[in-house]
Amino acid sequence: MNLTEFLQNNGQELLVLTLQHLFLAGLSTLIAASIGIPAGIFLTRKPRWGKLVLGMANVVQTIPSPALLGFLIPLPFLGGIGARSAIVALVLYSLLPIIRNTYSGITGVDPAVREAGRGMGMTGHQLLLQVELPLASSVIFAGVRVAMVLSIGVATIAAMIGAGGLGMYIFRGVSMVDNTLILAGAVPAALLAIMTDFVLGRIEKKISPKH
Amino acid sequence: MNAVISFRDVRYAAGNTDLLRDLSFEVEPGETIVLLGRSGSGKTTTLRLINHLLAPTSGDVFVNGTATRKWDPIRLRRGIGYVIQEAGLFPHYTVRQNVGLVPSLEKWDRLRIEKRVEEVLALVGLDPAQFAGRYPHELSGGQRQRVGVARALCADPPILLLDEPFGALDPVTRAEVQDEFQSLQLRLGKTLVFVTHDIAEAFLFGSRIGLMKDGRLLLLASKEEFRASQHPEVVSFLRPVRDRMEMLNRI
Repeated sequence: MNLTEFLQNNGQELLVLTLQHLFLAGLSTLIAASIGIPAGIFLTRKPRWGKLVLGMANVVQTIPSPALLGFLIPLPFLGGIGARSAIVALVLYSLLPIIRNTYSGITGVDPAVREAGRGMGMTGHQLLLQVELPLASSVIFAGVRVAMVLSIGVATIAAMIGAGGLGMYIFRGVSMVDNTLILAGAVPAALLAIMTDFVLGRIEKKISPKH
Repeated sequence: MNAVISFRDVRYAAGNTDLLRDLSFEVEPGETIVLLGRSGSGKTTTLRLINHLLAPTSGDVFVNGTATRKWDPIRLRRGIGYVIQEAGLFPHYTVRQNVGLVPSLEKWDRLRIEKRVEEVLALVGLDPAQFAGRYPHELSGGQRQRVGVARALCADPPILLLDEPFGALDPVTRAEVQDEFQSLQLRLGKTLVFVTHDIAEAFLFGSRIGLMKDGRLLLLASKEEFRASQHPEVVSFLRPVRDRMEMLNRI
């Protein structure tokens, strides 16, 4: 059976796995953004913490994903078999690009602009919401985009601990030495990553400040 | 005490280095003090002590009779116009939004802001119909600087601080904007503290000129006294001007 035939015969299952895959990557990116953006903002206020937190996020990034998933299985609350562990792992991987881009996006705002805002009597809050975040938004969004694409890639490995997604085909294919099956997981996963990158890239362009 | 701004024995240190020492002077209502000095002489630091972007290490800066450390910094700054060298316009705001910044922070109603923005834009020589909707990147350097001045004037603060406002402009544009600003200065009657390293600008705008070096105010004097001074730093500021005049006369 070649790849096209397989995909035609298993369209429904493919769709379910694709949606599962998107769900894993999307939800974890969302969670990572809701932790990472405030964390990045916090670091710009307490630069002393910057090195430590970014260093920690960096270390997490270097843990091989199968190992990280393995560590998570025995943990109570966060771990176990299934989607929960996978999402925790994906969140941990996504944090670095999001925190780093938030931090560098905000610290990259023209000092003259910040000086003017403060000198005009803006409060720290107003400066953040009206100046720093809008001007950093495209850089922050770029971090979210990287995290999302990264998650789509790593999520294929989540099938290893029974979290579903397109990795199911890949692992099944590997154990059955069936290249068609491996491709049936790998090709849609790659396309998903490319399409997500493209769409998010368009959005990023739209929100970047016009200058 | 009538002085609008007064410095009393102000010292400002960053880490272990004193950036300012023994600074005492007063600014009277309606006058323009120009702080003249080389880079690193402490003139910008002095300016930033007035709107409490910096706090004195010792001594006190009084604005309208109250020490800046006792002011609510937000209230203090909203009552002081601030113009900086690169203008510091918000790139994602239109000219209208930039100019109306302080009034909108102060929650004026929209129509009043609109009207005031048009007024001050006209005041600095920019046609509101043509410029109000533009973004800073759609303006020339001179126009940006005018918008910066308009923004500082919008809420009609009695005090204006200017930190080398025309320093980034080419000489011809600079002369134009300076001329305009001078007539504006006469009409508005505000109290100005103006920082520059350009001695011609100091003579153009200053009621009094303060010369700074290595964190000290060497001299604060009227233009006539300043020109007559034999202080070596005054001489070294005046010499290049004289040399140029002579050179031009020789040609």
